[in-house]
Amino acid sequence: MAEKFPKQLKYTKDHEWAQIDGKTATIGITHHAQDALGEVVFVELPAVGKQLKKGDTFGVVESIKAVSDLYSPLTGKVVEINSALVNEPGNVNSDPYGKSWMIKLEMSDAAEAAHLISVDDYQKLVDSL
Amino acid sequence: MKKTPLHAAHLAASARMVDFGGWHMPVQYSGLSNEHHAVRTKAGLFDVSHMGEVIVEGENAEHFLNTLVTNNVSRLVDGQALYTVMCYEHGGIVDDLLVYKRAHQKYLLCINAGNIDKDYAWIDKLAHTFTKLHVHNASNEYSQVAIQGPLAEQIVARLTKVDLKAIKYYHFAEADFLGAHCILSRTGYTGEDGFEIYAPAAHGEKIWNALMDAGAPLGLIPAGLGARDTLRMEMKFPLYGHEITEHTHPLEAGLGWVVKLDKPTEFIGKSALVRAKSEGMKRHLVGVKSLDRGIPRQGYEVYTHDGKEKLGEVTSGTMSPSLGFPIAIAYVKTGFQTIGNKVSIKVRDNFVPAEIVSTPFYKK
Repeated sequence: MAEKFPKQLKYTKDHEWAQIDGKTATIGITHHAQDALGEVVFVELPAVGKQLKKGDTFGVVESIKAVSDLYSPLTGKVVEINSALVNEPGNVNSDPYGKSWMIKLEMSDAAEAAHLISVDDYQKLVDSL
Repeated sequence: MKKTPLHAAHLAASARMVDFGGWHMPVQYSGLSNEHHAVRTKAGLFDVSHMGEVIVEGENAEHFLNTLVTNNVSRLVDGQALYTVMCYEHGGIVDDLLVYKRAHQKYLLCINAGNIDKDYAWIDKLAHTFTKLHVHNASNEYSQVAIQGPLAEQIVARLTKVDLKAIKYYHFAEADFLGAHCILSRTGYTGEDGFEIYAPAAHGEKIWNALMDAGAPLGLIPAGLGARDTLRMEMKFPLYGHEITEHTHPLEAGLGWVVKLDKPTEFIGKSALVRAKSEGMKRHLVGVKSLDRGIPRQGYEVYTHDGKEKLGEVTSGTMSPSLGFPIAIAYVKTGFQTIGNKVSIKVRDNFVPAEIVSTPFYKK
């Protein structure tokens, strides 16, 4: 089984993950988030080109029972979305970090990434829930 | 939070537990759709011990119940159950419930967990206007499990000599079951065959474990409130707080069949319901199938297909595990309830095309 919380990623208290690669951030939801949601049956993503501020809703993920907003952990412009995920929403459960990246953001303020939390702190947060 | 007598069994089975109306209840075990499909194809076991039980006995029990509820309790023979609602004077619904006739002037009511205090206060208030009547809130004295699915009878039969085939739908038997006096009721909330088993609270865990041991080799798995909700939605069975509330009356909720305006006893809410019937329905509870992505949920607004006129609101909605598309139950304005009618549902900022369809959504 893949790691629950890969070390190279950064996390948010809203249970999103971000992989920072220069000015680009790839964003998805964590293993904990998909587990809490249950079987994901619908993913809605923004249009490429959309400007997002940190904390903005960028999409929606729905399981059979629940709807959950997706919050952008960073400010920037959506440069790519994972269209394949819209057709295979169940990938969010089976592979939350690999096949289930959601958007790529071109960050407008790279310093914001410093406010994301580390894997150790995220693990502590999840353990405390 | 309140715990049922089966709480420890749920934790042992690694159930995901949630707060359900003040009860710490299992929402799922192995996965919602897995549990849902097990009930449709084999069998699932639910803990429904949170439901309330009220004992109604005495010389005036039948007359009392015919005053309290809209259906005709006099129709019942011993060993038969009746689905009904009880209404306020204004016709709004206090709760939906089952009335079990155990013997002459001996009844047991099964009411919704979230309504136990409210219901019992309502029942007790009316009871004070009657003589020769004993009512008692026995909710904490019972455990209740529901075994549902095509293999349910076969599994229960492994544990008892009671002739289960003789228990017809909406009938029950009282018998010793695994060493305690139980009610074996051929009822349920899933659209599948099955039994609801009422037992003394202390006996609940023994029954749960025995059913699991007997049924697991045949495919029986524990099922949570999540599957219970999707199963009932596929049948368009109403749920209190969603399709039925104190602000809805039974006629518009599609429950006219449990309202006996011509029964001899004047029941609470009758004059309001007679008036509602003569004025004509303002809205209808319908089944809606979403024709695109996006799952309708409670509170989402229903519009005409062009999005110009609001018709009503969704009361329950889900992705249907059996059908593979989103379904919803909704109130729409009279005139728009025809099957085949195209509507749209406002899902966040989008109007999702949808169609009014016949129900139950899931047909065998």
